[in-house]
Amino acid sequence: MSVSILVVDDEPDVADLFRQRFRREARQGTYLLHFANTGEEALDKLAGGIEPPLIVILSDINMPGMDGLALLHEIKTRRPDLPVIMVTAYGDDERRRRATEYGAAEFFIKPVDFDFLKAQLRQLPSAAD
Amino acid sequence: MQAAQASLLHAQKMAALGQLTAGIAHEIKNPLNFVNNFADLSAELLDELKETTEPAVAALDEETRAEIDEIVQMLTGNLGKIAEHGRRADGIVKNMLAHSRGSSGNWQSTDINALVEDALNLAYHGARAQDQSFNITMERHLDRQLAPIEVVPQDITRVLLNLISNGFYAAAEQSRDANGAFRPVLKVTTCDLGEAVEVRVRDNGTGIPPEYRDRLFQPFFTTKPTGEGTGLGLSISYDIVTQQHGGTIAVDSEAGAFTEFTIRLPRRHRRETTGRAA
Repeated sequence: MSVSILVVDDEPDVADLFRQRFRREARQGTYLLHFANTGEEALDKLAGGIEPPLIVILSDINMPGMDGLALLHEIKTRRPDLPVIMVTAYGDDERRRRATEYGAAEFFIKPVDFDFLKAQLRQLPSAAD
Repeated sequence: MQAAQASLLHAQKMAALGQLTAGIAHEIKNPLNFVNNFADLSAELLDELKETTEPAVAALDEETRAEIDEIVQMLTGNLGKIAEHGRRADGIVKNMLAHSRGSSGNWQSTDINALVEDALNLAYHGARAQDQSFNITMERHLDRQLAPIEVVPQDITRVLLNLISNGFYAAAEQSRDANGAFRPVLKVTTCDLGEAVEVRVRDNGTGIPPEYRDRLFQPFFTTKPTGEGTGLGLSISYDIVTQQHGGTIAVDSEAGAFTEFTIRLPRRHRRETTGRAA
């Protein structure tokens, strides 16, 4: 059964990176990847409905416009059950504290350990939608 | 008075440099992550390509096959080099970021002698892991009356590790030059001065030429060969001892004979900075 993952990051190369890192999973139809370059775009995609069912959002924190923490806050009011994983280059206590307070499922420091990320994804309930 | 002003100016310069290096490190970290990530991925993709094209390549004539093999080998080698140098740069960036952590660490009442013992063990095993033949006599002159002092233990350990590792390195260099007729020694002395705690780290290694003395604590100043030192160990140690702990770090050395670093950590620094002093 196929499920979706939404990745939010203002760096366009993040899309290439994730596509290549998840090449096998995408080919096997395990995950379908979706990308948004801004928090606003992510909310639009979420509002438009994502198919197959979305199981998790991975979001950068430092982004122009709506930042990742504001996005997290907004997603949690719309879809409290949808896990959101924050991914950031800045692992300071303040950002971590706010991410936890707003209900982030995880807090990853870049560079992302993809093996660890994949292990985490496998533990997510696939019917969160 | 002039000396005090020069020292203050120096401290301000160092603080500004520290902020600058941390800023640069943050900016470099993201693109560097991409370089490392895509280098890794490309190596995997190349392996896959090799597997996928194996039957087709086997059908080609020998000369073409040899050329393809050579190119694939060079590409694999290049990707390995990108990954290796990427890791090197990553190590430098991580060290640079250590500058900006400020005093977020935990202040704890600490037995400095215990920190010294731990640092000696860690540094020794680290040096042995890199070079099986490494050996040195470690002398401990630890003040058994030394009362605990409030410091950030992780950061002071970092300073001790830097000083001890540098001492090991200098003594090993001297040992290499002397062809076995030399006994490398590293001596650590602790002393309770009442208002402060003093730690001295002395090696009988190559020493520091006078012309390098002024630049020792500058970020990126190193005398080690490319790839062996980041030039950040002493500059980070300087920050930790002077900025964070309000102490002093001094060096005495004679080229070809010895180097001795002396750090002094005052007992009252923390209470003054947090405003809890009476």
